[in-house]
Amino acid sequence: MIDERKLIAELQKGLPLTSHPYAEIAERIKSTETEVLEHITLMQSRGDIKRMGIVVRHRKLGYTANAMVVWDIPDNMVDELGHCFGQFDFVTLSYRRPRHLPDWPYNLFCMIHGQDREDVLNNLQLLITSCNVEHVQHSVLFSKRCFKQRGAYYVYKDRQKESVSCN
Amino acid sequence: MAIDPAQPQAQSNQQDIEQIQQLLNQFQHNLPLSSTPYADMASQLGTDEASLLSLLKTLQDEQIISRIGAVFRANRVGVSTLAAMAVPKDRLEQVAEIISSYPAVNHNYEREHHFNLWFVLTAQDSEQLQSILENMQQKTGIVILSLPMEEDYHIDLGFPLQLISNNLQGGEKND
Repeated sequence: MIDERKLIAELQKGLPLTSHPYAEIAERIKSTETEVLEHITLMQSRGDIKRMGIVVRHRKLGYTANAMVVWDIPDNMVDELGHCFGQFDFVTLSYRRPRHLPDWPYNLFCMIHGQDREDVLNNLQLLITSCNVEHVQHSVLFSKRCFKQRGAYYVYKDRQKESVSCN
Repeated sequence: MAIDPAQPQAQSNQQDIEQIQQLLNQFQHNLPLSSTPYADMASQLGTDEASLLSLLKTLQDEQIISRIGAVFRANRVGVSTLAAMAVPKDRLEQVAEIISSYPAVNHNYEREHHFNLWFVLTAQDSEQLQSILENMQQKTGIVILSLPMEEDYHIDLGFPLQLISNNLQGGEKND
């Protein structure tokens, strides 16, 4: 039996740059290459893995501005609009989240990227027009300082070294 | 006609950029699940394994690529939440430092809003998540809004090529 948590930790760290990376991972977690490949396929078919591939850093490619745009959408329309927002190239996430009344009335979140503030706002305008949400109450939360950013470790050792960095 | 020494250099840069675009366009998803994924990618890109590995290493060193691996769906593996705090301006750096010090925190940003500190927290189960949130509230004395993802509407295929290609030539970005 393959240890799924160990496999996940390896896949989050990233594949080694060697000829047989899956075999190398298998060796580290005391499994076999075949088992590793089969289990990745299984996690993909369950939807646990969204994609396998190269993970790029937006900021290094010039996309330094981003805003989290939050919307107060009637519950019966949130699925439709969530899908509408999620289809744009410049949107990297579109999630429904719970409201926390009275402090927080917003239930749909999307992240809009751009080369600068103006670019982000232009993209937002395009999204508003295309999805017909001119009259929906929303708020634009530009990111200011980054205090920490790294890939998620769902599995971590107790005293794992913390690197605090932003890209 | 004089030989322009800059010319071949410019040409090879252009080739490099085209190759990087092609690489990122094709393999932000659909990484081959075979014994030799890099050799398979190389043959699709019309190059060889050694050249591809060295290109990937360079892109990783230059931090254009963070890693080659799996992107997991939120809340499918472990649990996570997006958390927000309304921190008084003069305490922001101090509170941010406390929050960043937790290994369970992977993103921590200041944003322009009354709720000005936003961070993502991941844990193995919801009990552990809850106890970390409570611990943070005790340490900082500030109430945390926890907004876990309920539905994901975005299909992640990586960052789109036309956005990438516009910017590969932009040189070093420092932020």
